[in-house]
Amino acid sequence: MKIAVCIKRVPDMDVRFKIAASGTAVDEAGLKYDMSDFDGYAAEAALQVNEKGGGGEVTALCLGPDAVQETLRKALSMGIDKAVHLKCDAVPFDGWAIAQALAAQLGGGGYDLILFGRMSIDSSNQSVGPMVAELLGLPCVTAASRLDVSGGTGKAQRELEGASETVEFPLPAVVSIDEGVARPRYPSLKGIMAAKKKPLEVKPAQLGAVTVTVTTMELPPERNAGRIIGEGPDMVPELVRLLQTEAKVL
Amino acid sequence: MTTVPSPRDLDFLLYEVLDTAALAARPRHGEYSREAFDAVIDTARQLAADHLAPHQKANDEHEPHVVDGKVVTIPEVARAFRAVADAGFIAATHDAELGGMQLPHTIATAALLHLDAANVATASYALLTTGAANLIAAHGSDDQKARFLAPMLAGRFTGTMALSEPDAGSSLADLRTRATPMDDGTFRITGTKMWISGGENEIAENIVHLVLARIDGAPPGVRGISLFVVPKRLVDDRGAVGATNGVVLGGLIHKMGWRGTTSTVLNFGEQGPCTGYLVGRAHHGLACMFHMMNEARIGVGRAGAAMGYAAYRYSLEYARTRRQGRLPGEKDPTRPQVPIIEHPDVRRMLLQQKSVVEAAVHLTMLCARLVDDLETAADESVRREAGLLLEVLTPVAKSWPGEACQEAISNAMQILGGYGFAREYPIEQLYRDNRLNPIHEGTNGIQALDLLGRKVRQDDGAALTLLLARMGATVAAAREAVGGGTAGTSTNGGGTSLGAAHTLGTLADALEAAVARLAATTGALGEASATLPPARALANASVYLELASRTIVAWLWLQQATVAARALVAGTTGDDAEFYRGKLQAARYWFGWELPRTEAQAALLTRLDSTVYEMQVAWF
Repeated sequence: MKIAVCIKRVPDMDVRFKIAASGTAVDEAGLKYDMSDFDGYAAEAALQVNEKGGGGEVTALCLGPDAVQETLRKALSMGIDKAVHLKCDAVPFDGWAIAQALAAQLGGGGYDLILFGRMSIDSSNQSVGPMVAELLGLPCVTAASRLDVSGGTGKAQRELEGASETVEFPLPAVVSIDEGVARPRYPSLKGIMAAKKKPLEVKPAQLGAVTVTVTTMELPPERNAGRIIGEGPDMVPELVRLLQTEAKVL
Repeated sequence: MTTVPSPRDLDFLLYEVLDTAALAARPRHGEYSREAFDAVIDTARQLAADHLAPHQKANDEHEPHVVDGKVVTIPEVARAFRAVADAGFIAATHDAELGGMQLPHTIATAALLHLDAANVATASYALLTTGAANLIAAHGSDDQKARFLAPMLAGRFTGTMALSEPDAGSSLADLRTRATPMDDGTFRITGTKMWISGGENEIAENIVHLVLARIDGAPPGVRGISLFVVPKRLVDDRGAVGATNGVVLGGLIHKMGWRGTTSTVLNFGEQGPCTGYLVGRAHHGLACMFHMMNEARIGVGRAGAAMGYAAYRYSLEYARTRRQGRLPGEKDPTRPQVPIIEHPDVRRMLLQQKSVVEAAVHLTMLCARLVDDLETAADESVRREAGLLLEVLTPVAKSWPGEACQEAISNAMQILGGYGFAREYPIEQLYRDNRLNPIHEGTNGIQALDLLGRKVRQDDGAALTLLLARMGATVAAAREAVGGGTAGTSTNGGGTSLGAAHTLGTLADALEAAVARLAATTGALGEASATLPPARALANASVYLELASRTIVAWLWLQQATVAARALVAGTTGDDAEFYRGKLQAARYWFGWELPRTEAQAALLTRLDSTVYEMQVAWF
């Protein structure tokens, strides 16, 4: 069984972002990067399906500048067998352009299963996985929180509001993975060292034409600090007055 | 959650100050690269965040307790131990042929700082196992390595060091546990050990105790002490874990902090025979054990540094977001309140913490770097000098971080006010947990005697002479970095490159004076020891330890400040520039506020102040 997992390198979200001088992107100075959270789950799902099946091969793909090789090495250190770096100067915002590059690489690769994270945690478009499925003419299941594969058929569980559903699909297929599969495994020290010797192929990304671009980016307005106007029932009229005159919510 | 230590600070120490990347060029670490080092540290960061930090508080609130003779720990502890072992951290620095990863000690230490900061009590089971494993690797027989070491490195067995007894703690020479030779070459162990961390647990298949005991007929004192491997359960030739081995839990000790790690009383051979296997030569046990103890002492400093750092980062974040009051001079009560970090007194408490915890981490990392040099430097003189420096730095690396971080954590608590004192916030636990560090692995008083009575004297003071020479080299490097002297007249610290240079020049002058003070004080005490009784000459050893510690910390800060000033003079901008200015300001704080205390300490020591020595028992 051949599995591909598409991962994205994203900034560590645990920082205070600044807007770059261009006004259309975040300032990258001082940012740390890592694999997008949901892609970690996808990598874990790929490894688990492969381990259950036995004897298969998992390939990780990542599109972007040279720095993404660090993210691919992390995937390899988790246990993924080989990596492909689709090289381009910058990752466009337009999912359609990205999907075309991925489909060009994945099509004809003989993959039984192509996995994505449910969405990237930086741009949150949730679009690339389904677009790749469309381009390759494959069935697509999104936001799977469980994934089982046996004998040419896949079964995925999806979480709904207050319920869950299970869907079946024929392979090959594209599946995007939500939280719920086991937490992504850590790269062990052995895994980190083994990753250095695994193949990492670099190819130019055949991006499609970019038609969607970011025109402005701004930070949310600073929230004013809360204010305690007093205690007890006597303060209710003042609170109502402020809600009417200052907050204007009543 | 805030990452501890700060990734930027750790990168700074590893790659800008300690030149850790160079270790990847050594044959033992040839498989590594800076990227691999960083990946290892990333894994530690993830482990700390996912497996250790979440139950730090629960492990304190639901401390281990005994049910039907067995110790019950919350299930998260065993899961975390498994995760740390599976990631490879117990075996990280060991030889590949033993299943280890030959990771440099410097990187292992950087990784372990994260585990200590997140949850020292749970991390301790793994750290104790590594320490015991290191000792068996260094001194054990091939059979002992196969039977005990391999499962320890794989995380199937945990390890302990069983030295102390109810009546023999600091005075190991007086320990009474006995070892009786058997015909098959093994020994029968009888006696009671106390304060044995991890001495009983159910988190792994077996426990390997390293026990100090006297073989029947052995000479008195430290020269009659031997070291034994004593498993909780016997292990057969094929590695199968079998019957219990007469090690019985006498009880758990209920501690102020560090509660998640069991502290035990263990009875050996009281209920059924207890078999021990001699490690190394008979009567040479203490020398073997010191192999583990020196490492454990540096580990104590690392834990103190990590806990202090955790409290600092928490209080820093709090001070940035908590709004209280307005600055003096602001009379308008309708103006918004300011974040408390705007108040100078809060910044004072933050700066005190920063100057302590970042230096404590540096000291710990420096010791690890020296252990790497001792073991793997190509040049014999580099190895020898690393060994000398470790001799003299170990008592300081053990004692100072825990001691100074207690004050730092107290300041963190003060910044949080009532919240700092409340159990709903993490500071009070860090305060309790860290309080153990001045006590265990040789009290700080013992470290003071070790430093003044032994380390600065041995080999005609070779270790201290070398350390002082290194400090002199740092002074010279700082002056060279600013073009040969105290440049400029700016007094705004590191605010400009000119200010940075000025600050550095001033600090270099101050360290030079402090080094001279340490040398002169050591000389004066050395002369006095020739004529005074030893108890009199060593009476003020703790003050000497503090004088030496403060001077060493100033040396570390000048190293950091020199790197920072160079970067600023070279035109660094943005967040990096702010980082370097912060380093310079912390160095200024240490030199201006903390180092001057050594003047009074040197005066007290040099005049051989006898107030303490002459105080009579009956006068209390």
